[in-house]
Amino acid sequence: MKILVGIKRAVDYNVRIRVRSDGSGVETDGVKMSINPFDEIALEEALRIKEAGKAEEVIVVSIGGDEVQQQLRTGLAMGADRAIQVNTDEALQPLTVARIFAALAEQEHAGIVFLGKQAIDDDSNQVGQMTAAVWGRPQATFASKVDIDGASARVTREVDAGLETIEIDLPAVITSDLRLNEPRFVKLPDIMKAKRKPLDVVTIDALGGHAGNGISAGHHAAPDARSRGIMVEDAAALVGELKNRGLL
Amino acid sequence: MEYDVVVVGAGPAGLACALRLKQLDDTLMVAVIEKASEVGAHILSGAVIEPAALDELVPGWREDPPPVCVDVSDDELWYLTPDSGTKLPTPPQQNNHGNVIVSLGATCRWLADKAEAAGVDIFPGYAASAIHYREDGAVGGVIIGDMGVGRDGQPKDAYMQGIEIHAPVTVLGEGCRGHLSKQLIKRFELDRDADPQTYGIGMKELWKVAPGKATPGKVQHTMGWPLDPAIYGGSFIYHLDDDRIALGFVCGLDYADPDFVPFEAFQQLKHHPKVRDLLEGGEIISSGARALVEGGFQSLPRLEMPGALLIGDAAGLLNVPKIKGTHQALRSGMLAAEHLHAQKSAAGFDAALRASPVVEELHKVRNIRPGFNKGLWRGLLTAAIETVTGGRLPRTLNNHADHTQLAQRADYHAPDRHWVDRSLAPRDRLASVYFAATEHDEDQPIHLQILEPDVCVTRCVEEFGNPCTRFCPAHVYEMVEEEQGKRLQINSANCVHCKTCDIKDPYQIINWVTPEGAAGPNYQNM
Repeated sequence: MKILVGIKRAVDYNVRIRVRSDGSGVETDGVKMSINPFDEIALEEALRIKEAGKAEEVIVVSIGGDEVQQQLRTGLAMGADRAIQVNTDEALQPLTVARIFAALAEQEHAGIVFLGKQAIDDDSNQVGQMTAAVWGRPQATFASKVDIDGASARVTREVDAGLETIEIDLPAVITSDLRLNEPRFVKLPDIMKAKRKPLDVVTIDALGGHAGNGISAGHHAAPDARSRGIMVEDAAALVGELKNRGLL
Repeated sequence: MEYDVVVVGAGPAGLACALRLKQLDDTLMVAVIEKASEVGAHILSGAVIEPAALDELVPGWREDPPPVCVDVSDDELWYLTPDSGTKLPTPPQQNNHGNVIVSLGATCRWLADKAEAAGVDIFPGYAASAIHYREDGAVGGVIIGDMGVGRDGQPKDAYMQGIEIHAPVTVLGEGCRGHLSKQLIKRFELDRDADPQTYGIGMKELWKVAPGKATPGKVQHTMGWPLDPAIYGGSFIYHLDDDRIALGFVCGLDYADPDFVPFEAFQQLKHHPKVRDLLEGGEIISSGARALVEGGFQSLPRLEMPGALLIGDAAGLLNVPKIKGTHQALRSGMLAAEHLHAQKSAAGFDAALRASPVVEELHKVRNIRPGFNKGLWRGLLTAAIETVTGGRLPRTLNNHADHTQLAQRADYHAPDRHWVDRSLAPRDRLASVYFAATEHDEDQPIHLQILEPDVCVTRCVEEFGNPCTRFCPAHVYEMVEEEQGKRLQINSANCVHCKTCDIKDPYQIINWVTPEGAAGPNYQNM
């Protein structure tokens, strides 16, 4: 079985997000970029499945310009066997991304398309679900535990009411939640090995093309800054202050 | 892993050394180890640089300049009083005509790309935590720190043992007070014939100011307020493009006042009428702190030892009167590469560097910084004399270790510094750390080792009143009152890797060691 893992290049989770002064989006100039943390968890799980002898190959896929090769190389250093860069300079919307993954899944005869539940930059939480629909295969989203058993998978999902365990037929789409695993550290010699692993570059057109942009972004703005607080002497002063402001 | 040369630290010195080695001999295997999560993330500098060294290392670099790079258009030096200021003539060392203002972090990232393209293996996110010694006692490489170790020292699920990287030559480019350099200087007694090294603490913020307030290319320096004349230091305000201002504050760590808070002095400076106007209506983007070397010529340790050599600020090459070290770092790195290429060994590097313009320029200005040990006014007089005579007077003033200069609380009465109420961000040191984007896994051994913890709650409380709680710019140290008495709490996750505690602690019982690789600040364009 082959596992296809999508990894998105996103602003690192330690970076304080700033909106560009012209409101055209989030500042990424000179900003640290990393693999979206949920995607890294997905990759870790795929590698563990392979290490348990239940998959033969793990392929990492990223969509973007040559800068995404940095994240693909990190994925290869973690242990993926090969990488595919879907080359584009455009910021794609979820439906196009889903079509790309579905086309790649067909082309590679993937048993699992493993994705993060969402990317921490736009928090869309759509690509996994849409990929399953376009591909016409089952989905198990928000996974916190995955057991592969031959042609099916038992997946524990984090849902509002707690945990839900479902069984799905493979091939399928699985998206990872935070508690699925803790990704490994990359071993230094593996960074060198990753430089020699195959990295193919393909175009969107070769994968069925662009779905068009259904959503257009108008203006980006940061939340208003919180005004300065005041220190009160004691509880009575607090109550008084709240009453003064008509809040009590 | 085996390399021909392993460099510790992807700063300007280490990257220049690595790149130059590959330029001289493409077949050499060169590795650079960097503890920051990416190259540049632990770099903090002004920075106005002299471009001559860059011309040599990266010919034609102006065609493809670093991401932040503005030609200096104007130099100003101000003497500040609490509510006013006087423009002074710019001393010749601070004439910045022909220099450029850069973000040193961005410049290092840019330089790292060039080094990688030349075939250097750069490993950000890995801390060189110990030296590997060969059987004959010579340095034989470095040992990468283990990752995934819990606070109790036990391996966690993701535990990964650090590997050894062996090389005939190890180049230490760790910057000021590198923790491996510190061990090596002691072990090989490299400072036997030198004065103690002295240091300053530098704090910096990057601001996006209201449109039109910045004058790209303008370089301003101040001295005087908010410091009293007994404390050496001043500020820099560099106007970048795109409405950005890099401003910072540096003060010598030889100050005596046990209650002095360098961070507060920096924040005060921002509220001076001459500075405040610039920042009001703007937004702070990034902040951080880093110690810097000030000892100069007389504090230079021996720069070589069996199997290793020191370059850049790890060696102590910063030129204080110029307020610049990057050109020195680049040149020393290149010189190290040229030496290693020609001699195939560290031996002889000390003499080579001392015969070079790098040390010559330090020799010329050697008396200027220690002249300020007697206060601002006598310092300025010494600076004038030394500048006029070009350092040719047959005298060398001595340096004294910073940690010995702190006065005991009972013996010191601070002057009124006329400090004001503040309103500009950040509110306090914790708010400032947030802008450094510093991150440490809390479940790891504390990387600030207190060698004699009893001293903190006994002698230090009485004598100095725990100055670590004040000189640390990241609020790492806190004294907590408990029923049994006071206890030192170390908020190690806040640490911005500035090394001030390791330097200024009066008992020298704080030992800074590397935390897990990739931990620490995530500076953007600092």
